[in-house]
Amino acid sequence: MEKRLFTVTANTLAARDTYRMRLEAVEPGFVFSGEFVDIAIDGFYLRRPISVCDCGPGWIELYYKVVGEGTKVLSVAKPGSTLELLTGLGHGFDPSATGRAALLAAGGLGAAPLYLLARELKAQGKKVSVVLGFNKADEIVLLDEFRALCDEVEVATMDGSVGVKGFVTDAIAKMDPEYDYFYTCGPMVMMKAVCGVLKGGGEASLEERMGCGAGFCYGCSCKTLVGTRRICKDGPVFKKEDIIW
Amino acid sequence: MVKDLSVNLCGVRFANPVVPASGTFGFGVELADTFDLNLLGGISLKGTTAEARFGNPTPRIAECPGGMINSVGLQNPGIDVLVGEKVPALRKVYGGVVIANISGFSLDEYVKCCAAADACEGVDIVEVNVSCPNVHNGGMAFGTCAASAAEVTAAVKSVCRKPVFVKLSPNVTDIVEIARACEDAGADGLTLVNTFLGMRIDIKKRQPVIANKMGGFSGRAVFPIALRMVYQVAHACRIPVMGCGGVASARDVIEMMMAGAAAVQVGAENLRNPMACPEIVAELPAVMEELGIEKITDIVGIV
Ligand SMILES: Cc1cc2nc3c(=O)[nH]c(=O)nc-3n(C[C@H](O)[C@H](O)[C@H](O)COP(=O)(O)OP(=O)(O)OC[C@H]3O[C@@H](n4cnc5c(N)ncnc54)[C@H](O)[C@@H]3O)c2cc1C
Ligand SMILES: Cc1cc2nc3c(=O)[nH]c(=O)nc-3n(C[C@H](O)[C@H](O)[C@H](O)COP(=O)(O)O)c2cc1C
Ligand code: FES
Repeated sequence: MEKRLFTVTANTLAARDTYRMRLEAVEPGFVFSGEFVDIAIDGFYLRRPISVCDCGPGWIELYYKVVGEGTKVLSVAKPGSTLELLTGLGHGFDPSATGRAALLAAGGLGAAPLYLLARELKAQGKKVSVVLGFNKADEIVLLDEFRALCDEVEVATMDGSVGVKGFVTDAIAKMDPEYDYFYTCGPMVMMKAVCGVLKGGGEASLEERMGCGAGFCYGCSCKTLVGTRRICKDGPVFKKEDIIW
Repeated sequence: MVKDLSVNLCGVRFANPVVPASGTFGFGVELADTFDLNLLGGISLKGTTAEARFGNPTPRIAECPGGMINSVGLQNPGIDVLVGEKVPALRKVYGGVVIANISGFSLDEYVKCCAAADACEGVDIVEVNVSCPNVHNGGMAFGTCAASAAEVTAAVKSVCRKPVFVKLSPNVTDIVEIARACEDAGADGLTLVNTFLGMRIDIKKRQPVIANKMGGFSGRAVFPIALRMVYQVAHACRIPVMGCGGVASARDVIEMMMAGAAAVQVGAENLRNPMACPEIVAELPAVMEELGIEKITDIVGIV
């Protein structure tokens, strides 16, 4: 974990209530998929955890949804302003668990951390199939980016305005992808359904309200089949077979 | 600008008065990779009970103006793991003062755990958290009544040779009465305060934010109340007080000490800034210089 100042270089509306934020820092730093940052926001006591969607030497990109007061204030941060972040948080996805082909199943902004994972998997020469689920067309993010990077991409919308009408699991059924390992991130109910229908090994990224975000306050604990775990430190990514739904 | 930051409480020397408060710094080792723990005066370890506990259901954390509510509920691996694994692991990387924070739901549990902590080589001070509900007394917290606080103190003192600090709850009518009762029962020192019982409601969901409905409120917003209680207790008792509640800066440390604290604990601030304690320690000499303070002990209780 490191505490560092970043400069906001972009903070733009990417979809309904959803912003893409690019942050730059002097030192390069390195981020693995599934890791998150914890952002200090003026006027709020606790930091806000947001997953890293993409990164390179000296920059990271995040996608966040305005759901409350903190993210509302974040959404008006101007390019050039600075934010203090804790970086290097969380235990992320394991791309090496995939043999030859991976399936990525995202619900809403769960797409964000899976994008960095897709990049890692492609860099390892693996086949990547992606299913993105959204409520409506105006919430879709990262679709072009996934299409440019991955082997197959399918979208599901609840209202059927784009892609398959229905749940992520409906789009997976339609796609019938070839994969030997899967990764999922999104709302709990969606991940539970995905882990329920998909065969073979996989990983899911969980969420909980956080205190420290760094493993020492025990505010985010959850019970798993392998014992009590901290979502912020031992997770957020857990093996499918260890999760108690 | 060399300043003397050291303090001495009951014969235990702290290199400086800054101590992360129990529950806000894990068992220390969690932060060993983040900064050199030896920069700290002491560390109060996460509250420990006889048996391992998962604690309360989640969500356990709620944002508040100027602070937060926690209802972690004493998640811990049990006293045997504390003395057998956690303290020895911390001692490999840390030479400062170690304070074992003990909780119990019965007198027997306090006695058993404190005796084990006392016997543990790496522990310097035993801190007894009396904010826990007594299962044998309708769940009323030991620390909310002078008689039961004194009873715990006396029982624990009878099995400990190391200094015993009783950690008081602020959720009482007269904290001075309880502090005096603990002093009379043999406490070597007092830590105050613990968290204030609080609550938040998610007005969209129409339900409490915290799964357990209520939890302990702490953070910057409680500083004036905590300071007032430290002031009252330090002036009413002869034993040393560790001041705690809302401390977030070197200035707050100095203010707490002027109110009568012999050392100062930093709690929720660690959660928003894991570097809070080393930053405060680093900041202290300059603030002392500005205020004309040579030795930090010179200001204890001067107000
Ligand atoms: C590991 C992790 C990764 C995340 N990644 C992303 C991401 O990439 N994009 C994104 O939009 N959101 C993400 N979230 C959720 C995001 O942290 C919350 O939406 C955000 O904190 C809400 O803050 P607020 O002040 O706007 O909401 P409020 O409801 O006003 O917040 C009040 C408190 O509740 C907490 N909180 C509220 N909702 C959540 C939630 N769903 N999860 C955790 N804490 C919450 C806040 O942190 C804050 O302490 C992630 C959460 C976690 C735990
Ligand atoms: C997440 C959290 C966990 C805590 N756990 C304990 C505990 O186990 N034992 C204890 O005596 N106090 C516990 N406390 C109380 C703190 O040690 C401290 O007394 C209180 O938070 C007031 O200080 P603050 O305002 O600096 O946070 C906890 C506080 C927090 C925020
Ligand atoms: S949020 Fe503090 S341990 Fe996970």
